[in-house]
Amino acid sequence: MKETKIYERPKSWKKGVHTHYCPGCGHGITHRILCEVIDELGIQEKTIGIAPVGCAAMMYDYIDVDFCEAAHGRAPALATGLKRTRPDQVVFTYQGDGDLASIGTAEIVHVANRGEKITTIFINNAIYGMTGGQMAPTTLVGQRATTCPEGRDPNLAGYPMRMCELLATLKTPAYIARVSVAQPKYIIEAKKAIKKAFEYQISGKGYSFVEVLSNCPTNWGMQPVKAFEWTVSAMMPYYPLGVFKDFDKEAE
Amino acid sequence: MARVLMKGTEAIAEAAIQAGCKYFFGYPITPQNEIPEYMSAKLPKIGGAYVQAESEVAAINMVMGGGATGTKIMTSSSSPGISLMSEGLSYIAGCEIPAVIVNVMRAGPGLGGILPAQGDYFQATKGGGNGDYRLLVLAPSTLQEAVDLTQLAFDLAFKYRNPVMILADGFMGQMMEAVEIKEYKGQDYDVVPWALGNMEKRGKRTILKSLYLDPGDLEHHNIKLNEKYKKMQEEEVRYEEFYADDADVLIAAFGTTARIAKSAIVNLRKEGKKVGMVRPITLFPFPYDVIKERASKAKHVLVMEMNMGQMLEDVKLAVGERTPVSFFGHAGGISHSVKEIEEKIREIL
Repeated sequence: MKETKIYERPKSWKKGVHTHYCPGCGHGITHRILCEVIDELGIQEKTIGIAPVGCAAMMYDYIDVDFCEAAHGRAPALATGLKRTRPDQVVFTYQGDGDLASIGTAEIVHVANRGEKITTIFINNAIYGMTGGQMAPTTLVGQRATTCPEGRDPNLAGYPMRMCELLATLKTPAYIARVSVAQPKYIIEAKKAIKKAFEYQISGKGYSFVEVLSNCPTNWGMQPVKAFEWTVSAMMPYYPLGVFKDFDKEAE
Repeated sequence: MARVLMKGTEAIAEAAIQAGCKYFFGYPITPQNEIPEYMSAKLPKIGGAYVQAESEVAAINMVMGGGATGTKIMTSSSSPGISLMSEGLSYIAGCEIPAVIVNVMRAGPGLGGILPAQGDYFQATKGGGNGDYRLLVLAPSTLQEAVDLTQLAFDLAFKYRNPVMILADGFMGQMMEAVEIKEYKGQDYDVVPWALGNMEKRGKRTILKSLYLDPGDLEHHNIKLNEKYKKMQEEEVRYEEFYADDADVLIAAFGTTARIAKSAIVNLRKEGKKVGMVRPITLFPFPYDVIKERASKAKHVLVMEMNMGQMLEDVKLAVGERTPVSFFGHAGGISHSVKEIEEKIREIL
């Protein structure tokens, strides 16, 4: 009988390790997609990742490429220094919503506007995960968090920030897309987008940014399945999936 | 290169280039703007890069990224900008990344003023950022020394894999003087074992981080860093003695203040007054031993700074109770005059 392998550990996933992420968390899926893309592009030995502050701070324990840690919000600046001194390397930042859309707003806007040839994976789960469920800039109106126990009030905290749309107002970035890992059909699209983002970096087209609508079952207080349903039912209407900027399409 | 008349900031920038620095990340702030301006004009022409960051916060993190690949990197700023860089400096030290940072000090606190001062001594030598870390701090007193120390700074940064700060008061940045800037090859340090971007050569990946969630691991990391700082104290202490061996009044001063003091010392020596000075060149590691030794034979120690008494604390630590220590400071951008130093010393004698 001929054996067909339908599942194996990506080469760039470290052997024999299991993540510390909560059951049902979207980080694991996104990490795996990232590894598959790195393998498919054959760039494991020339990829430098920037680990964020937050739940994914220890992503280097799982993904087997060079890594540098960044202070909260500063990954895009760090990536700039890495890429400018080593343009032959493939550099990515992996940042959550507190990191990217709050404390690191200046850094993300300017890395995109300079058109640094790096890739950003932005995990939007509408809450601060690691610190225990505080309100994020992406927390939905009415969504409860430990620092908005009555739900987010737009009169006090403003409306949730749509980072793809905000960055797409800039002329420089090459690729900006929003995807999700909430269901298999979305995961397939997410992988395509992340691969394209890396390809744009490698071919020198410019800055690429992929927002991933994820979840946080623990801090949302939901079962994993329910949490991913909520990503689809509550987050997607406010954060529509799609491509907001595409260098190739603009060139046509 | 023959001696040429240059402004301090530009001399520092050219010295860095001649030491092999091809990358500069910075943000404008007075009084050091000529450094980023000089770099923006020169670096693209020699295959390097200048990036004007969106803030000092971003600039220091670009420096961290550039240093993480084992590349010679520099940034410069002035006092309030260095405050913004303090977070990054702590991470750079914690991750053991080489980098050179120039602080052309202006008067504080807060926005303060743009005139020269030495008010960032504590910030440079005692921390600024969080946690147990040290910067190597070099304080030039002439423009030639600023050139030489800038070039040395790259060697020290790679020798120790640690950030090195050139702590220059505003005079060092803004005055003009004849300097000779030679090409400086420096030591060859193999960065492949630790720097990012060498996975292919090394055969395995590497991680630069300061995060250690296990308390045992973090203590170990702190002990390892501390051993490095001890080695700096053993091997890198630099100072200048000026008529210090028989001084009745021993002055301790750094940077431009020390240079002004020299004129007063020369004048007073002509009157037969035994005045001398120890001038720390490295502020960390601090030359405690020589100050202790010279102070033990002096009748009085006078600390002078363009601040309200910061290095004073280290001098007192060195001198102890053996000899009286007094302080004469200026702040706000005012420097000492030779005449008032002479008067002060006559009072003491």
